[in-house]
Amino acid sequence: MSAAVQEAGGYNFAYLDEATKRMIRRAILKGLAIPGHQIPFGAREMPLPYGWGTGGIQLTASILGPRDRLKVIDQGADDTTNAVSIRRFFQRVAGVEVTTRTAEATVIQTRHRIPERHLTEGQVLVFQVPMPEPLFRLEPRLTEARRLHALGDYSLAQLRLYEDIARQGETGSSYNHPVMVNGRYLMSPSPIPGYDNPKLHRSAAILLFGAGREKKIYAVPPWTEVRSLDFDDHPFRPMLAAAPCAFCGSRDSYKDEIVSDDRGGRVFVCSDTDHCRENQS
Amino acid sequence: MYVAVKGGDAAIEAAHRWLAHERRGDPALPEITALQLREQMTLAVDRVMAEGSCLDRDLAALALKQSRGDAVEAAFLLRAYRNTLPRFMAAEPLDTGAMQARRRISATYKDLPGGQVLGPTFDYTHRLLDFTLAAEGAAPSVPEEDAEGTGPMPRVTGFLTGEGLMRAEAPDDGEAPPDLTREPPSFPASRPLRLQALARGDEGFLLGLGYSTQRGYGNAHPFVAELRVGEVEVLVEPPELGFAISIGEITVTECQMATQFAGSREEPPQFTRGYGLVPGQNERKAMAMALVDRALMARELGEEATAPAQDEEFVLLHSDNVEATGFIEHLKLPHHVDFQSELEKLRSIRRRWEAERVAARKEAAE
Repeated sequence: MSAAVQEAGGYNFAYLDEATKRMIRRAILKGLAIPGHQIPFGAREMPLPYGWGTGGIQLTASILGPRDRLKVIDQGADDTTNAVSIRRFFQRVAGVEVTTRTAEATVIQTRHRIPERHLTEGQVLVFQVPMPEPLFRLEPRLTEARRLHALGDYSLAQLRLYEDIARQGETGSSYNHPVMVNGRYLMSPSPIPGYDNPKLHRSAAILLFGAGREKKIYAVPPWTEVRSLDFDDHPFRPMLAAAPCAFCGSRDSYKDEIVSDDRGGRVFVCSDTDHCRENQS
Repeated sequence: MYVAVKGGDAAIEAAHRWLAHERRGDPALPEITALQLREQMTLAVDRVMAEGSCLDRDLAALALKQSRGDAVEAAFLLRAYRNTLPRFMAAEPLDTGAMQARRRISATYKDLPGGQVLGPTFDYTHRLLDFTLAAEGAAPSVPEEDAEGTGPMPRVTGFLTGEGLMRAEAPDDGEAPPDLTREPPSFPASRPLRLQALARGDEGFLLGLGYSTQRGYGNAHPFVAELRVGEVEVLVEPPELGFAISIGEITVTECQMATQFAGSREEPPQFTRGYGLVPGQNERKAMAMALVDRALMARELGEEATAPAQDEEFVLLHSDNVEATGFIEHLKLPHHVDFQSELEKLRSIRRRWEAERVAARKEAAE
């Protein structure tokens, strides 16, 4: 039982048994070797429900060591219920140090956002992924989608983009806009806002993506080229609320829209709570 | 030797006695009461009540006890009972906006008037078996209730409608909605009929269908605009009174999903509403219902309908678990007369097939 400390009555360090962690680490290594390619893995039942981040949790559990410092965010914030729950889970089963500060974390598990602060080498960003297959709305059958990936045939996705632009003048996807990784594989960036897509490009941090229910892992190694799918004459354009943050005044961060009354009142605040705190201090 | 069954009377008697014995379990243990089920198996009772279309938790608990915990069988018992009840009048439409909500969440806004109220939910529990429950213990304490209680909770979809971003619903045409328990459904079905069928439909079936729309079979891009659970007043207006009076409260779960709609020549791109309303607390079903309701709008919105969840006849005619379980389980009944004719047919076809093969072989040899 090596370093595996018996933390929470009867469970191994970070919940998963060591054999499962090894299986997942192999899938991670394979994913890093083939950037953007989906690696099937034997996802386990976790004590949190599918859709809550079981893929991300399994990745985090497999890479976490006793000296790591973990940050968990959901919608950019550390204080959202699901982030609190997952953070508590790892405190309970791994006893690792946790932090809300992006700069101090070695592992950051996230749902739907990439932190505003530039990540650095040595940091790992773990994404929770609901639907790993970027083509699923165009081709729901996995056998067919796999063939299209093998052939590098992404004409369906390009065509959808073209139709959106022809019909409404811009792309239809405001979040989860697909990206080409290393010029080879089309990849779902998970449902992050388009605003976050450029942060995937040549990221200094390791990006890991885990989909528990769909049993897939994929990865982007540091400094990899990641381009949002677009056309030369219609370059990808991320959307951002125009209003400044009501707390820190930031204009270039991604905002949450908060309904302040039922007469149409709205307030905009930074979605990244740590970024907002840094701006205010 | 197995002899063709005669004396069915005695066999049925014996089977019923055996069933009652199995239901009771170990007689050394105290018998479970319907009251205990009502109080401690609340969600199972709620499910039976919803699918049995009979909003009485005591009866649902009794049905659950009688059915040995089989939810579909219990719903069946309730349906059979409700059909015997006289009908006095129809209630006024429930005002879920005035609900005393125990739980109210929106996934589309971080905060909003009325606030996010988690309430009693499994959502953020860690699914680790709690072995202390195996032993009987004292009742857990309840967090102190907020002295102010919950303030007014305007509907989230109202914010979007106010901004013109949510497709307006068809205005009330004043017509009484159809009642599928009294008239057979006709297709194409109206939305009230669809919602009625979904509200009493099988939770598992709707769950699978709703899930399929998320996985590309129906192309939904859903957001939970709002989910609320709580008590609403039931009002009736007796004709001799001329005004509405309250006859009590029921617990309901309401889910409103906002889903993108690309727009058409007549309508701008906007959100559309999928609606789910289930008696009792059942968020899984209310959400699945809202997804399926939205998927079934494909036809009227002019969307391409290719997935099972978008096919009205497929969904509505297969969602009722009392009907479905009846037809599937009826295969256990004797079918030996049909089967006998099937046997004769098969033998006859086989004889012809053999004869043709022999003839063909002979021809090839020559």
